[in-house]
Amino acid sequence: MSETTPAVAAVRNITKRFPGVLANDAVTLDFHAGEVHVLLGENGAGKSTLIGILAGMQQPDEGEILVGGKPVRIGSPRESLELGIGTVFQHVLLVPSLTVIENLMLGGDWRRRLGRGPALARFKELSALLGVEIDPDALVGRLSLGEQQQVEIMRALWRGEKLLILDEPTSMLTPQGVRDLGAVMKRLRDKGVALILITHKLAEAYEFGDRISVLRLGKVVGEIGPVRLKSMDESQATDTVIQMMFGNLGGHDRDAEILTGRGRAAHRDRAVDRSGAPRLRVRDLATEAGRGECPLRGVAFDLWPGEVLGIAGIDGNGQKHLAEVLAGQRRLVGGAIAIDGTDVTHDDAPARRGHGVRYVTDERLGEGTVGAFSVATNLVLKEIGAAPFWRKGISDWELIHDHARDLIRRNDIRTPSEKTPVGRLSGGNIQKVLLARELNAAASIAIFNKPTYGLDLQNTRLAHDRILASAREGMAIVVISTDLDELLELSDRVGVMYQGHLAGIVENGPDVERKVGLLMTGAKAA
Amino acid sequence: MEHLLTASFLTALLFGSVTAGVPLLLAGLGEQISEKSGVLNIGIEGMMLFGAYTGFCAAYYSGSFLLGFIGGGLGGMAVALFVVLFCIRFGLNQIVIGIALTLGAEGLTALLQYFQFSREHPTLPASPVLTIPGLADIPVVGPGLFAHDAVVYLAVILVWVLAWTFRSTYVGINLEAAGSKPAALDAAGVSVVKTRAFAVLSTGFLAGIGGAYMANVGAGIFVPFMTGGDGFIGIVLAMLARGKPIWVLLGAALFGVSLSMTTALQVAGVNVPTDVVQMLPFAMVMLVLVIFARHSVLPPALGLPYVRGDRG
Amino acid sequence: MSAEANTGTLPQPLPGGSRLRDIRDAALRIGIPVLLALVVGGIILLILGKDPLAYYGYVLHRGLLTWSGLQETLTRMAPLLLIASGLIVAFRAGIWNLGGDGQFLLAAVITAALAPALIGILPQFLNLALCMIVSMLVGALWSVIPAILKARYGINEIITSMMMSFLGTSFANVLIKLLFWDPGTTVPQTRTLPVEDRLPKIYGTTIHSGVIIGLVVIVLVHLMMTRTAFGLKLQVVGANPAAAVHAGLKVGWLTIATFALSAGLIGLAGSVEILGVWGTVRADWNPAFGLLVVPLVFLARFNGYGVIGFTLFFSALMIGGDSAARRVGVPQHFVLVLVALLLIFLAVVEYLDHVRRKRTR
Repeated sequence: MSETTPAVAAVRNITKRFPGVLANDAVTLDFHAGEVHVLLGENGAGKSTLIGILAGMQQPDEGEILVGGKPVRIGSPRESLELGIGTVFQHVLLVPSLTVIENLMLGGDWRRRLGRGPALARFKELSALLGVEIDPDALVGRLSLGEQQQVEIMRALWRGEKLLILDEPTSMLTPQGVRDLGAVMKRLRDKGVALILITHKLAEAYEFGDRISVLRLGKVVGEIGPVRLKSMDESQATDTVIQMMFGNLGGHDRDAEILTGRGRAAHRDRAVDRSGAPRLRVRDLATEAGRGECPLRGVAFDLWPGEVLGIAGIDGNGQKHLAEVLAGQRRLVGGAIAIDGTDVTHDDAPARRGHGVRYVTDERLGEGTVGAFSVATNLVLKEIGAAPFWRKGISDWELIHDHARDLIRRNDIRTPSEKTPVGRLSGGNIQKVLLARELNAAASIAIFNKPTYGLDLQNTRLAHDRILASAREGMAIVVISTDLDELLELSDRVGVMYQGHLAGIVENGPDVERKVGLLMTGAKAA
Repeated sequence: MEHLLTASFLTALLFGSVTAGVPLLLAGLGEQISEKSGVLNIGIEGMMLFGAYTGFCAAYYSGSFLLGFIGGGLGGMAVALFVVLFCIRFGLNQIVIGIALTLGAEGLTALLQYFQFSREHPTLPASPVLTIPGLADIPVVGPGLFAHDAVVYLAVILVWVLAWTFRSTYVGINLEAAGSKPAALDAAGVSVVKTRAFAVLSTGFLAGIGGAYMANVGAGIFVPFMTGGDGFIGIVLAMLARGKPIWVLLGAALFGVSLSMTTALQVAGVNVPTDVVQMLPFAMVMLVLVIFARHSVLPPALGLPYVRGDRG
Repeated sequence: MSAEANTGTLPQPLPGGSRLRDIRDAALRIGIPVLLALVVGGIILLILGKDPLAYYGYVLHRGLLTWSGLQETLTRMAPLLLIASGLIVAFRAGIWNLGGDGQFLLAAVITAALAPALIGILPQFLNLALCMIVSMLVGALWSVIPAILKARYGINEIITSMMMSFLGTSFANVLIKLLFWDPGTTVPQTRTLPVEDRLPKIYGTTIHSGVIIGLVVIVLVHLMMTRTAFGLKLQVVGANPAAAVHAGLKVGWLTIATFALSAGLIGLAGSVEILGVWGTVRADWNPAFGLLVVPLVFLARFNGYGVIGFTLFFSALMIGGDSAARRVGVPQHFVLVLVALLLIFLAVVEYLDHVRRKRTR
């Protein structure tokens, strides 16, 4: 592809403001047929806003969108689809209680009966285009995440295949699933579809992309065209992109490390002393699954003081249950948990907390905090009724607020006041509230579930530092994450969850990625 | 007790069951449409009552039962319009608005009835009966079940029409998506607000016809507060039916029989307080709930307003 | 009841800000809807050919400005305050106890059956106290099934509590007709508690002391909700059940306790109304206060002190509206219209306020 191919779609000087934020600042980009255009940038760089505008979810304040050279107004998701722009969002947007074909037909002319015949024909056409095989009458809720994503891509292409937008599509896939997706993207590109791939992983950008644009604080700060990209090897491309992202602004060294996954080994040098008794010992853990959940089966491991155990695996393989079982907020149907040799299997959450167990949940607003309550209240959420903040059940609000002011200062929580509802804070600051609440002197075992999910680089770095510092102080730590790079940076050992089993635990060291990758697909430990 | 088993008693019982059950059926089917789309329509009691009033007015002033039903349906839709505006468009609390609409409809219709009809208490003549040839001649059952107003048959046919709609039309899958994963519907280019608005207006229309049936056919007169909780029973029926219209029909039949039984027993002079019979359907439903508690399923997005951009 | 609220979220105490501005905001938030409701209600009256000013004037005069009217109004407040306390407890915990009528009536019937039977056995004070305690237990008992279904299986309590309410209303009649029918009467009703054995009147008035019970209870409930660990726990459960589980709260137990407390207080309302005003329950008697108080509690944003004001306003409307029905020729059902209008305008004002704040944020 030459750089002069006319663009299928383009944005010109798009500006979008939200209260207090300039999300897109005069963004101008071209999207060409038969080209994978990668948009890189950290959280908050404006990628999602730009997609939202192309998908018709949001309207730009200024600037214009061109499709086929003509300016268009995309007022709704429907108009976007009708222009041949299909979007696959980060979160699955399918109706689990409908079948595959029904999901694809969603949005058809409502005055008519369901046109199954033509729909099936289109389904076959797209299946061939993508090179995938799915039962059109299967309930979507029963499909794997990878299959659901394929259905999403089909739906995005359903009414025309001009431009396909993929928003961080690899974040929930296995290494094999990522390869399959790569194959699908190449096929589509070769058929002349224009693709936009949003990611924050440089390796993916290099592997799949024909053109890379870098966004920072709402602005396009650099672009590498196809010819130039082809002439570079991976490390050259990576260095160029990092230069664009941080270059003159003096970004933190470790930002780049996190981005490229090169920052490992910092922690691994320090050997964990496993000669003594383990701090945490779990055996044969088993849970009961609700709808759409994955139960635990026979999970067992030991964890020593000062050790970080990473738990890898694709979302939905029992990680959530593992975290909740360790924290004491989910009932076991089998197995045993011991802390420092004491059996705590039947202790509830407050009792586990009494044993020094801390759980930093991934659902910060979903369950970690009460969004409408003040920062101060949320900082004592797990101690309601306990001294010194409560005496004989009566609240000492003055003390609670003093305590909050102290923690806010010491943990650099950016909030207008301790009485501000926690839901108004940014994700990074909410995470700081959780960390401040959980990691205090009495903590001896900490479980982190996706500790940096949705955080920007600075807050990711802070969270990582906090975890490593806790390990140095002798805490035993479990980190659950779907981001393998993160686990390799933090962990001494990495275990992999697969369908509720702990498929294996490997020492963090050479060749660990291959081993973990194999375990993630269900293969036995190599 | 032997006079309880006479043919005429049984016929009257069946006939009364239909009369009592049809408003419940219409309310239950209507509520089912709302719930499928994710709206918990507490205001349905108000829609029924207002439909009863407007339906009676339309029939009384025009002299046409057909116009009476249309008037009732439109009256119910008028109340539903408030739900559309406040709950679906503005995203306000569905329970508060539902209660407000029910109280408002109760007060307003009582007020209007007082000024319009409380002097003369006008009544309507008996509604025209459509007998089903052949079936109506079956002894006992025939005159009990197959000699009713045309709306009765339409309401029963509606059960299958709705089942078909839910299964085989775009409207059906749109409703399901709106209640189960509204963001998916939005991404597919269908307005969640419009889908839910359509659902709630349909509910209002059906509930209004149910109310009009009560006033015009059942009683022949409009009385304040005459729906007496039938809308709430409709909510219960819809919840227990889990998206299957046929279960609403069965539930409405159960309630219809026991409501009819209370009247029939009174007429027959049986010395059991009618309240005991009135308790039966509620007690049965509670029993069903207690026994099958684990299996109760409601749309995940029920009662939640949809805001584009919120995750879910 | 903010605009982004779902059916389960509750208004939260406002954070920070100056006290004066809070009061001004609250006055606007309540004052504007009240004004709009009165205006639109007035227009409805005009359409019906009545003079709204005369009507409002009469209601105000009769409900608040005459001594006898004021006494009636204050007397009416007693059950409403107690029901409101019960609803505040439940709503703050995110539990929609809409089964108030059944709980109220059953407790009333049991009180009416028990109190006359105990005369002579227990001294008056103990008799009254025992009746109130039993009535609270009866109310609580009637909430057990919805509570367990909610706690164990997550079954929507709106439906189940409403069903239990219908069931309870009929059951109350069954009890009167089959068990407690006073043989001396032709219409089915319980035995009557003699006036001298009822709740004592406040000195020199016709107001019974149940009003004091109501005021004390609502203040206690307000303090419990805002100043105690138990109240905070309930609010956590109400605002975010998942966070409650995460924080190690026993959500199931708290749900059942909340339901029991809520229904118990509503039961107490039934008892106080019988012990203070009627002395007996007639079959088919149902003041249907349950659903009526729901709007008041919302209007006050679940604030106990606010509820006192709204209850006074509403009681005056009811009492004044009652006589206005005879004098001015506007049926008392007009009060229902006013309450509905008030709720709707309150919701709209909150929505507009929310939109405005979102824009300035």
